[in-house]
Amino acid sequence: MKNTTFEILTNAPLAKDVYRMTLSGDTDGVVPGQFVDIQIDGGYLRRPISVCDAEGRVLTLIYKTVGKGTEEMASYKAGKRLDLLTSLGNGYDLFASGDHPLLIGGGVGVPPLYMLAKELIKQGKDVGVILGFNTSCEIFYEEEFASLGARVAITTVDGSRGTKGFVTDALGLFDYTFVYACGPKPMLKAVCDKITTGGQFSLEERMGCGFGACMGCSVKTANGFKRLCKDGPVLNKEEILW
Amino acid sequence: MVNTSVELCGITLDNPVIPASGTFGYGKEFAEIYDINILGTFSFKGTTGEERFGNPTPRIAETPGGMLNAVGLQNPGVEHVIDTVLPDMKSYFHKKVMANVSGFSVDEYVRVSSLLGKEEQVGWIELNISCPNVHGGGMSFGTNERSAREVTKAVKSATDKPVIVKLSPNVTDICSIAKACEKGGADGISLINTLMGMRIDIRRKKPVLANVTGGYSGSGVFPVALRMVYQVFEAVDIPIVGMGGVSSAEDVIEMMLAGATAVEVGAANLIDPYASKKIVDGLPPAMEKYGITTLKDIIGGAH
Repeated sequence: MKNTTFEILTNAPLAKDVYRMTLSGDTDGVVPGQFVDIQIDGGYLRRPISVCDAEGRVLTLIYKTVGKGTEEMASYKAGKRLDLLTSLGNGYDLFASGDHPLLIGGGVGVPPLYMLAKELIKQGKDVGVILGFNTSCEIFYEEEFASLGARVAITTVDGSRGTKGFVTDALGLFDYTFVYACGPKPMLKAVCDKITTGGQFSLEERMGCGFGACMGCSVKTANGFKRLCKDGPVLNKEEILW
Repeated sequence: MVNTSVELCGITLDNPVIPASGTFGYGKEFAEIYDINILGTFSFKGTTGEERFGNPTPRIAETPGGMLNAVGLQNPGVEHVIDTVLPDMKSYFHKKVMANVSGFSVDEYVRVSSLLGKEEQVGWIELNISCPNVHGGGMSFGTNERSAREVTKAVKSATDKPVIVKLSPNVTDICSIAKACEKGGADGISLINTLMGMRIDIRRKKPVLANVTGGYSGSGVFPVALRMVYQVFEAVDIPIVGMGGVSSAEDVIEMMLAGATAVEVGAANLIDPYASKKIVDGLPPAMEKYGITTLKDIIGGAH
C-alpha cells in the first residue's frame, strides 16, 4: 500500500454511465487485478476502483457512475489532485495462465483485464478475451484489447453486437488453458460452472478501509475467511463458495 | 519541550493516542507503512471465545460525517489470537497492547479475559459490553446496570490486568452504567462505542446493510462522544478513555479537557491509514499553540 497524490490528466465518458479517468502519479508496484482507493470531496469513506492500466506515471481507471461518489468523480476536471491509496489487493497470478489464457469480463468488470492482457501478451501468451455487455451502446475497450494483440469476442444480451447472450455463450470460440474473470457474481458463477480449466476470479464487496483493517468486506472461502480488499479481490476458482 | 505522556491504570503511555478496536486489526497493516511503536498503544480487534465470521455483507455503509459498520465481531477466536497473532505481533509492536474482549455470556467474557490477561504483552483488558451488531451478547450487557456490574465483577476476579469497560452510547443514562461498572471493580471506562443507526438504499428501497442496523462512527459523532465523556467524568473516579470521531490532535486535547486520560482513534484510521501517526505527530505543535506543556495536567480541565 502506498498513499500518494495523483493529478487528473483526462476524465471523459466512454460508454453509457461509464467514464475513463487518467491520472499522473507514482504507479510503482501496481500489478494487474489490484485497485486504488480514492478520497473524494464530500465523501467520508474512500472509493475503491480497479486499475485498468498503469504505464509509466500514468494510471488509467474506468468506472461506472452508480452513486454519489462515482457521480462526484465524473464531475472532476483535468488538473484536479486526488489522494489515492495504491497497490491494494493481491492481483492476478500471471504464472497460472498456461499458453492460451482466456480473459472474461462483464460490464465494469472489463477494465482490470486490460492490464492483465497487456502483461500476459508481454510474456508471449496467446490471449483470448470475451467482453460481455447488455447492449451495444455499453461496449467499451474492444479496439484497445485488439490493438494489444488479443483475440476479442463481444457478447450482448440483446444481440445488438457480437454473440447474442452471455459471456458463456462465446466460450466455444476459444481453446484455452486458464480463465481470468471479473464481473457480476452471477456471471462469475456461470463461468465457473462451464469451464473445465482452472481460473482466477475477481470478486467485489462493499469495502470500508480497502487495506485489511476493518474486516468489512470479508467472504467465506474454502480456505477460511478472507478480506477481499487484502487477501483478494482475486480468488482461485476452487476456493470460492457460491 | 512539551510532555505528552499520560498514565493509564498504572501503565505510562508515551502519548494518549490509541487506535480503537476494530479499526486497526492487529496493527500489522499499519506497521507495514509506519512504525506503530510511536503510538501510546492500540486496542486490537475484539476477541471472542470462538472464531466468528460476523454478519452477512454488505456490512459497511457511508453516512454524512462518517460510516456505519455491522461487521459483527469477526475474529479468529482467543486461542488463535494467543497461539498465532500475539507471537507475530511481538515482531512489530514492543509496547503493552490493549486486548479488546467480547462475548455472549459472562462465562465467555471471563474465559477470554482470563486467557488474554495471562499474556505478558497484554497491558489492559478492554471489556466490550457495547457492540451494537451482535444479538444476545455485546451491547445487551452494557445497557443494564446490573448486568454491566456483574460482568465487570466476574472479569475482574479472573484477571490481574486492569479492566477498562467499554460503554455503549445507546442507553438512556450512560453515567449510571459507568457507575455500575465502577462498583463492579472496573479500573477504567472507555467510551463511546458506535451509535446505532441505519441507511436505506432508495434505488432498491431496502436497508443498505444486510444486518439492517449498524454502528455509526466518524467525525460526526465527536460532539456526542465528547458530551458523554464530560458527563461520565463527573460521575466516576476512575480514568476514562475517550473516543468517538477523533480525527486530529485538537480533538484529542478537547477529549482530555472533557475528562479523558487517553483517547482512542477509530474510523479516522480507515480513511487515512496514517491518521493515528498524524495525530501523534500533531500533538506537540498543538500543545505549544494552546500553551500546554504537560498534557496530563489538562485532564478534566474544562470542568
